[in-house]
Amino acid sequence: MRFVPFLSSTAVTIALVALLDNPLGKVPPPGPFFSPQYGFWQNAEPIDQDYSGTLTCNGLQGPVEVYFDDRLVPHVFASNEEDLYFVQGYLHARFRLFQIDLQTRAAAGRASELAGGKAINFDREQRRLGMVFAAENALKAINADVKFRTLLDAYTAGVNSYMDQLTEAALPIEYKLLQNKPEKWSNLKTALLLKMMSKMLSSGTENDLANTNAKSIFMPDELQQLYPQVPDSLLPIIPIGTKFPNPAVVPIKPAHADSFYFNNKATVQAQSLDPPAPDNGSNNWTVAGSKTKSGFPILANDPHLELSLPSIWFEIQLKTPTHNSYGVSLPGAPFVAIGFNDSIAWGVTNSQRDVKDYYEIKFKDQSRSSYWYNNQWVPTKIRIEEIKVKDSLSVFDTVAYTIFGPVQFDNSFSNAAATDRNLAVRWAAHDSSNEGLTFYKLNKAHNYADYEDAIRSFTCPGQNFIFASRTGDIAIWQQGRFPARWEGQGLYVMPGEDSSYLWQGYIPQQENPHAINPVRGYLQSANQRAVDGTYPYFIPGSYNTARGIRIDNKLSTMSNITPKDMMELQTDYFNVSAEDVRPVLLSAIQVDQLQGKELEYLEIFRNWDLMASPDSKGQTIFQCFWDTVQASIWKDELSRINPMATWPTEQTTIEWLLRDTLHTFADNINTPQRETLPMTVTSAFKKAALVLASKEAEGKLVWSRYLNPSIYHLLKDALPAFSRKGLAVGGYGNIVNAIKHSHGPSWRMIVHLVDGMEVYGVFPGGQSGNPGSRFYDNNIAVWEKGEYNRCWYMRDDDRKHEQVKWVLKFNQL
Amino acid sequence: MKFFLSVLLTLLGGIGISLWAQSPWWGFVPVAFILAVAIHQAPPKAFAAGFLGMLLAWGGLSWWIDWQNTSLLSKQVAVLFPLQGSSAALILLTGILGGLLGGIAALAGCYLRSAKSKVE
Repeated sequence: MRFVPFLSSTAVTIALVALLDNPLGKVPPPGPFFSPQYGFWQNAEPIDQDYSGTLTCNGLQGPVEVYFDDRLVPHVFASNEEDLYFVQGYLHARFRLFQIDLQTRAAAGRASELAGGKAINFDREQRRLGMVFAAENALKAINADVKFRTLLDAYTAGVNSYMDQLTEAALPIEYKLLQNKPEKWSNLKTALLLKMMSKMLSSGTENDLANTNAKSIFMPDELQQLYPQVPDSLLPIIPIGTKFPNPAVVPIKPAHADSFYFNNKATVQAQSLDPPAPDNGSNNWTVAGSKTKSGFPILANDPHLELSLPSIWFEIQLKTPTHNSYGVSLPGAPFVAIGFNDSIAWGVTNSQRDVKDYYEIKFKDQSRSSYWYNNQWVPTKIRIEEIKVKDSLSVFDTVAYTIFGPVQFDNSFSNAAATDRNLAVRWAAHDSSNEGLTFYKLNKAHNYADYEDAIRSFTCPGQNFIFASRTGDIAIWQQGRFPARWEGQGLYVMPGEDSSYLWQGYIPQQENPHAINPVRGYLQSANQRAVDGTYPYFIPGSYNTARGIRIDNKLSTMSNITPKDMMELQTDYFNVSAEDVRPVLLSAIQVDQLQGKELEYLEIFRNWDLMASPDSKGQTIFQCFWDTVQASIWKDELSRINPMATWPTEQTTIEWLLRDTLHTFADNINTPQRETLPMTVTSAFKKAALVLASKEAEGKLVWSRYLNPSIYHLLKDALPAFSRKGLAVGGYGNIVNAIKHSHGPSWRMIVHLVDGMEVYGVFPGGQSGNPGSRFYDNNIAVWEKGEYNRCWYMRDDDRKHEQVKWVLKFNQL
Repeated sequence: MKFFLSVLLTLLGGIGISLWAQSPWWGFVPVAFILAVAIHQAPPKAFAAGFLGMLLAWGGLSWWIDWQNTSLLSKQVAVLFPLQGSSAALILLTGILGGLLGGIAALAGCYLRSAKSKVE
C-alpha cells in the first residue's frame, strides 16, 4: 500500500508549488520571488557588471554608439536625431523603467492600480485637477508639429524597444515585489510626465482656498499687511532700476468686484489632499566674463525638488553631427532639460507665479449636467473616470467640465464631510502647449537669439531660464504664459456665474521679466518675486525672498570668480533670515524669566555663527524657537477659521518685526490678558526649550540629526530599505543650500564656458534605478560632502579614451 | 554512495534547469522527482537527498550571485523581509525553500518507485 504515501506526497508537492506560486498576504509569491533564476536575486548586478553589448533594433535608421563612462553616464553618438532620441528612450527604460511607469501612472491618477485602495483619493484628485485632460491637450500641440512628433515617436519607440525584449528575470525588483508589470510607453505618457512637473511647480504656488478663508476673517487693510505683494527687502531677479514699458494689456476689474468678490465673506471647506510641496524651488545664477578669473562666463543651477531614489534626473550626453548637448534629462522625456552644449549653457528655476484660479459654479441640480453661466443654463461636459484598484473593484468618479475647467471640488469630493461650494479650476497647465519644444531647441542653440527663440513658446510651469554663451552673453527670462490680472484677481475663489471674472488676456511674451548683459555682470534667481513694484502687472505667487538676498549679496561683491567659488555658494549654509531677525528676538526676550537649560540654549543661540551646518546647535535652536514664535503670533488669528487661513510668509513676519509693527498680532486672542511682543517671544522660547531638551536627550540637538535629511525610494514607506536616511548635511528652505527633510538640491551644476567646457555636476542618487546596482546611490556620498563630479564632455576623437568603460552598440534591423 | 550521488545529481540538475531560460521557477521539481525514481532509496534518505541537493542548488546559486554583488541588494531585501539585514539568512531562506520542494518532490518520486514495485 505505497499508493497512499505516493499520492499524498505528490499532492503535497503540487500543493506546495501552487502555494508558493501565489502571494502570501503582503509577501510576493515566494517561489518566483526567491527563485535565483527569476526572482530578486536576478536584480543583484555583479559589481563588475558589463554594460557593453550589441543590439539590433527595429526602428533605427543607422547605427548608434553609446559610450558609458565610469559613473555610467551614457554618451550617445547618433547620425541623426530620431536615432538619438530612440536610444535615449531605450536607456531611460533600461535604467529607470519602474520610475517612468510609476510616475506617469500616478500623474494620470492611476496609482491605485499599484498601491490599492489607499491611493483612491489621490487618484481622484489627479483626475479632478484634470491631469489627463491637460496631457491630452499637450498631445494636440505635439501632434500639430510633425517634425517634433517624429522625434517623440522615436523616443517612445526606444522605450518600447527595451520593454519588448524584457524578460521576467530582468524586471525591476519593484514589479516583483508589487506583482505588477510595466505598461507600454506612449507619447501621452511623456505628456503626462511633463504635466506631473507642471503640477509640482505651478499647482502649489497659489493659496486661493486658504486666502478665501483669510478674507472671511480679516479686513482689507489687514489683508494688505498680512499678505503684501512686494517684500521690503526683495532683491528681484530683474535688477532694480530696470525700466518696464507701458503694459500692452490692461485688464479691467469687473464693476461689482468689490461687493461680490473682495467683500464676499463666504468661506470654503475644500482643501487639496495632495498639495505640492511649497518648497519646490531652485537657485540659478550666472556671472559674466568681467567677473570671472578666466574671462569666460560661469553658469550655476540647482533645482530643489523632492529628493527621491531613483533620482528624478538622469545624466546624459546627446550627440549628432549637428549638435552636442550634455546635462540631466527627465526619465520619460527626450532631450537634456538642464545642461549645456558647445556654445551655451542654460538652467531653470521655478517662477513661483500663480497660474491657477478657482471659480464657484452653480449647478442646476445634483446631476451636475448644467451650470448657470451668462444668464442661462449651459451644459457641462461630463467625464466618467474609472479608477482601477489593485485587488478590488473599480471606483468610478464623475467630473464635470465647465468653461473654466474641471470642477475639482463638489459635494462628491472634498476632504470635508460636506462642501457647499462647487469649485472649478482654471489652470494654465490645461492649455494646449508643447514645453518639450523649448528643450529641444535649447539642446541645439548656438547663441542668445537661438535661446530666446527656444523659450518663447514655453507656457507652463513658468520658469526662470538662465543663459550664458561662450561668446560672453548672459541673460535671464522669466518665461511662461501668464494671465494679465487686474489687481487682486485670482487671489480668492472667484464668482463663476458669468464671463466677467475670466482671464481677460495674457501678458505679452516680450513683456515677461527679462535681463540681458547687465552692467553689474551677474544675474540670479532663487524663487523670489521677479521684479520690484514698478512692473506694470499684478503677479501674485508663492515667493521665497531670503535665498535671493544671500546670493545677490555674495555675487555683487565677488570678483575673479572660479568654479570653486560657485561650488561654495551652492553649498552655502548662511542663514540670512536669522541674521535679520536674531537681534529683534534677542532684544525682545525677557532673560530674567529664563532658567537652567533655557539660559544655556539662549547662549548658544546668541553666539551662533548663523550657519545651518550639519553640526550646528545654534541653527536647531533658532529654527525651533523661530517656528514657535511665528506660531505664537499667527496661529490664534489664522485658526479663527477652519481650514486655517494662509500663513503670512516668513519674510513678512521678519519685516513686521524689523519695523516693530507687530503689536496687534502679538496678543494671543485666546487668553484674557493682553500679550506684548516680549511676552510672546519669551513664552515661545520657553516652549521651544522644552522641545529642544527632549531632542537633546535623543541626541538630536545638532542640526543634521534634528533635520534628518533623507532620500526616499519612490514608494516611500512601503520599501524603507531602498531609502537612504540620516544624511550628514545641513541647510534649510530659506538657505542657499536648500536641504529640508526630504527635499533639496536635486542636481547641482556649474558650467564654466571655457573652450571644451569645464563642467561639474552631482545629484543625490545614481544613474541606475536598480537598488541592486552599485550605481543606485553612488553619487549620494559625493553630494553629501558638498563635492562634485567632473562631467566628461566627450568628443568625436575620444572613442578610445580611457574614460570609456563600456560600449553599447545599436544596429538597425 | 547512492545518497551522495543523488544529492550531487539533484544539485547539478537543479542548477542546470535554472540555466535553461524556458523552464518555470519550479523546473527543478520534476528533476528531483525523476532522480528519486531513478536512484531508489528509502523515503527518509530520498527526502534528505532532494532537500540537500536543492538547498545547495538554490543556496549556492544565490550565494554566487550575492558574492558577485557584494551583498548590495541582499542587505536591503533582508530588511524588507525582515531578517535584520542578514544576507546569509536570506541565502539560507532561499536554500530552504528550494530544499523543501526538492525534498518533497524526491519523496514523491521514491514512493512512485515503491508503489510500482508493489504492483509488480
